[in-house]
Amino acid sequence: MRTKVEGMFRILAVLALMSAAVAGAFAVEPDEILSDPALEARARTISAELRCLVCQNQSIDDSNAPLARDLRLLVRERLQQGDSNEEVLEFVVARYGEFVLLRPRFSLRTLVLWLAPMLILLTAIGIGLRTVFPRAPRSYGTTPPALTGAEEERLKALLAEPEEPKND
Amino acid sequence: MIVELGHFALVLALLVAIFQMVVPAWGAHRGDQRLMAVAEPAALCQFGLLLVAFLALTYAYVTSDFSVLNVASNSHSTKPLLYRISGVWGNHEGSMILWVLILSLFGAAVAAFGRNLPGTLKANVLSVQASIAVAFCLFILLTSNPFLRIEPPPADGNGLNPILQDPALAFHPPFLYTGYVGFSIAFSFAIAALMEGRLDAAWARWVRPWTLLAWMCLTIGIAMGSWWAYYELGWGGWWFWDPVENASFMPWLAGTALLHSAVVMEKRDALKVWTVLLAILTFSLSLMGTFLVRSGVLTSVHAFAVDPQRGIFILTIMALFTGGGLTLFAWRASELRQGGLFSPISREGSLVLNNILLTTACATVLVGTLYPLVLEALTGAKISVGAPYFDMTFGPLMLPLLIALPFGPLLAWKRGDLLGVAQRLMFAALLATIALAAAYAVFHRGPTLAPFGLALGVFVMAGAISDFASRARLGKGSFGDALRRAFNLPRSAYGTMLAHFGVGLMVVGIVATSAYREEKILVMKPGEETSLAGYTLTFRGVAPATGPNYREEVGVFDVARKGAAVTRLEPSKRIYDMPPQPTSEAGIYPAWRGDLYVVLGDAQKGGGFAVRIYSNPLVRFIWIGALIMFFAGAVSLSDRRLRVGAPGRARQTPLAVPAE
Repeated sequence: MRTKVEGMFRILAVLALMSAAVAGAFAVEPDEILSDPALEARARTISAELRCLVCQNQSIDDSNAPLARDLRLLVRERLQQGDSNEEVLEFVVARYGEFVLLRPRFSLRTLVLWLAPMLILLTAIGIGLRTVFPRAPRSYGTTPPALTGAEEERLKALLAEPEEPKND
Repeated sequence: MIVELGHFALVLALLVAIFQMVVPAWGAHRGDQRLMAVAEPAALCQFGLLLVAFLALTYAYVTSDFSVLNVASNSHSTKPLLYRISGVWGNHEGSMILWVLILSLFGAAVAAFGRNLPGTLKANVLSVQASIAVAFCLFILLTSNPFLRIEPPPADGNGLNPILQDPALAFHPPFLYTGYVGFSIAFSFAIAALMEGRLDAAWARWVRPWTLLAWMCLTIGIAMGSWWAYYELGWGGWWFWDPVENASFMPWLAGTALLHSAVVMEKRDALKVWTVLLAILTFSLSLMGTFLVRSGVLTSVHAFAVDPQRGIFILTIMALFTGGGLTLFAWRASELRQGGLFSPISREGSLVLNNILLTTACATVLVGTLYPLVLEALTGAKISVGAPYFDMTFGPLMLPLLIALPFGPLLAWKRGDLLGVAQRLMFAALLATIALAAAYAVFHRGPTLAPFGLALGVFVMAGAISDFASRARLGKGSFGDALRRAFNLPRSAYGTMLAHFGVGLMVVGIVATSAYREEKILVMKPGEETSLAGYTLTFRGVAPATGPNYREEVGVFDVARKGAAVTRLEPSKRIYDMPPQPTSEAGIYPAWRGDLYVVLGDAQKGGGFAVRIYSNPLVRFIWIGALIMFFAGAVSLSDRRLRVGAPGRARQTPLAVPAE
């Protein structure tokens, strides 16, 4: 069962301008497919999370490397034996290490990785707010100091001038 | 002989670039017109010399001169002419030659078309531009020289990777590089302005066309790469969050923010700090993309450590320009006078939001791309950051951006009326709601929230149309008046509307194809039929065939819909002669509702072939959207105001611009 939050993230992902469209299995061979459609669908979900270790940045779902096939078969075997999705991932990680996960787990090592987007967003919002509300007391709602006598004179002179045609 | 001429021209180009880097800047510093005037002919000369170098290398490729090491390692005599030419930039050394050629082309263009630029600014810009050329010419001559000979020459070459022998990929690098390198002009302008301490609306007006041109080329370059991946790699995927893709996507995100920021600066003299910083960062990200792709660091941190010469060189270049640029920025930024004030709800405010979200998205991609490399270099621990990470972090940032997008262009400068804009977007919201209801009615499967994604895409598209209607005051006054107003709208306004429409179309394509893709993987024997997404496919069998430099097995599928024959698809499996490598050519039937995509797999025991059939609904909207964005950029670029330089000089007649 996919959780609600995960489902939502999936949609957000889909909304991404250039999100990964590798939803389907491209390297799955006909003989690998499980007869139970629900189990097969879970196998596919898990496969998209696992890296083909001998390829560059491909999930085992996309890769036609022999090792990827072995892993796909392994995933299906574990599922048939009644493992949950988490247990299958745990099993694969225990054998191949964290490197196999395309979505790294939250740990001390990946702390910066997972917190960075939020921190960057907050920083950018901070800079944005500074842009909209500059520190100088010149923003809306504050009264500027009154004009000096010389400035009043100049203003009058300026207002008396004929208006120039606007050029834009 | 011709190859040596090219080599010689490259060395001369380096010397000219050194001259162009030093003399005009010195002249600008001393206020000496004669020294500054040197920049123009130097830039043109530098371009001419690099063109000679590039053509000499191309000549070696076209004539298959295997006494040149670079040609021998990357070309083959049986390759079709187009791929012999594209082979020039299909390898490291040649692609770097293309890189500096485009760099000098931009410099020469500023020299030729920038007649209305103030003398010192022009001299400084061309000087900074030349400094980049110096760095990369040195890089090529010292670490990646394509003109080296070998003795004795081999009988034939090693060939070009067959999956790269493709029309879309032949033109993908030139566009991508024009985009990457084009941002160097924005960088040079930013550095020159910081050096002079002069940064105003006119500056933004000069920078905009160059940025726009670079952005257009990067957009179409990335789209071409994605399209190629879609039909050539045989998986039907079109974006993989691969580090190489991210390397080109990051400058695009920053460049998009830069483009919008420069508009605010031009119109309202605000967001100066953002614009200058983005100009520096966009080009820095282009340099980083070059580093990531060219240093070999992506293949493995260890491979990089074993032969670090090239990588260290580019890293040094990157550190110099990025570090230098940012230092200059930090030093001078406080002197940038804050321009026009505005309330948070205003066009400016919406563009600040745009900058926040785009730069954050860009930084997120950056962190995800570099994190595994840095972690491994620091601790030795290996982790993978793949598509699921980017989907989770990048996706949520795009949601507010797309919701806010239609509001931006409708808001007034300085102080906008959010309620009024919302009212004007009622039509768009209505269309989006209809799309939402229709999607729920039509699709019974797929993720529950996918219809909202489709509706959002429709909202963005309809918002662009509302923007147009609102500018033409359609429905207020007579239709003729509206038509006249529409006709008189500046081209840049058309550009904005078209580009935003393209974004909406792309979103619809992305959501539809991601959420409602169908697939079938099965074994088929000749004569058998199967059906998917309303199509019936009959497998007729497999026949062998030979091409110019490959042999193939072609599968024949007759496709019918509702009993009527639609088309015949012929996906094939190819084996190239040199290098001997198998590729898979998908059979694709494009229709407005989506693509039918058939891939022929391996022969199975007991006869029959593995066959993969996909239905990719509306997938073409993705590239059509990108194409519209490219076209929108061209429309905007043709705006008179961008071509005629400084604002407010009515006596200055438009310069005669030669046909390009």
